Amino acid sequence: MGPVARIWVYLHASPLLWLAATLLAYQLGTWLFQRARQRPLANPVPIAVAILILVLWATGTPYESYFEGAQFVHFLLGPATVALAVPLYQNRVQVRQALTPMLAALAAGSATAIVSAVVVARVFGATAETLSSLAPKSASTPIAMGISEQIGGLPSLTAAFVIATGIVGSTIVTPLLDWLRIRDWRGRGFSAGVAAHGLGAARAFQLNELAGTFAGIGLALNGVATAILAPLLIGWLR
Amino acid sequence: MMITALTVLLCCQLAGEVVARLFRLPVPGPVLGMLFLFTLLLARTRVVEVVRDPAHVLLRHFSLLFVPAGVGLMRHGARLRAQALPIALAIVVSTAATVAVTALVFQLVARFRGKEGG
Repeated sequence: MGPVARIWVYLHASPLLWLAATLLAYQLGTWLFQRARQRPLANPVPIAVAILILVLWATGTPYESYFEGAQFVHFLLGPATVALAVPLYQNRVQVRQALTPMLAALAAGSATAIVSAVVVARVFGATAETLSSLAPKSASTPIAMGISEQIGGLPSLTAAFVIATGIVGSTIVTPLLDWLRIRDWRGRGFSAGVAAHGLGAARAFQLNELAGTFAGIGLALNGVATAILAPLLIGWLR
Repeated sequence: MMITALTVLLCCQLAGEVVARLFRLPVPGPVLGMLFLFTLLLARTRVVEVVRDPAHVLLRHFSLLFVPAGVGLMRHGARLRAQALPIALAIVVSTAATVAVTALVFQLVARFRGKEGG
């Protein structure tokens, strides 16, 4: 075995390689994002994801081997979600003042997310299993997977839809809301959290802390709203 | 400081996971953990000095944490390709509609309440 092959065998068995690769790909995505003068369509997450999928595909590495390294980054999603309580606490006065608009927007947004996804997919010929897997796509991954199982979808397919929704949502939210001339950071952030869960909130935190705070509330509330609405609505949508 | 903050965050998450499973709540553990930390901050104001900076570091890099799950899309390549059009259209149209409807309703109600003087 040559030296290169020996190093490759070592790296393959260690979490170091794919952990480092994940951070490198994200740095590259961030660098491109800044080079593009933070234009909203250049989003570091899809750039990093695309780079990593290409590298894994080119080296014939299965996702499971990749995840052994990347799980250390993935794990931090839990504590980061808990950490959303800090900006929530620091902005609690503004949050309390906005309770009515938030609840109204939540009801409208959560229903729109479920109904529009199922109706569009059905019109263009998706299977029943795909429809059920799509319905909870705007909720965060663990909630969406639970709902999907309950209404006859495939939880792992739902996880893929949730991520795709987060990437699409975090990419379009800025140009769309600029176009609609919505300047209130509270409403901008809240809609990002309701439509695109944690990725929407992550995006909001990159732009404005108050927006991030409201996005965190949006993702928490829409998880609960989707768990109630999706099983009710899917019956007459399918 | 950093370790104290991590201890607080992980214990809140742990409490959230335990309560969610114990009562079979449809809410994920970390989201309940967020609620617990919020309650803790209201009850013990000084905790905010411990968790503030580490929490902001985590949240500033929140999007990095979604990269491993995003790479998981590669596992569904075949199914996504087979129904590519309905899936792509449903996700793009529905996500755009959700952002627009949520933000517009929020703005409408906030303005209406503003005029009431509320």
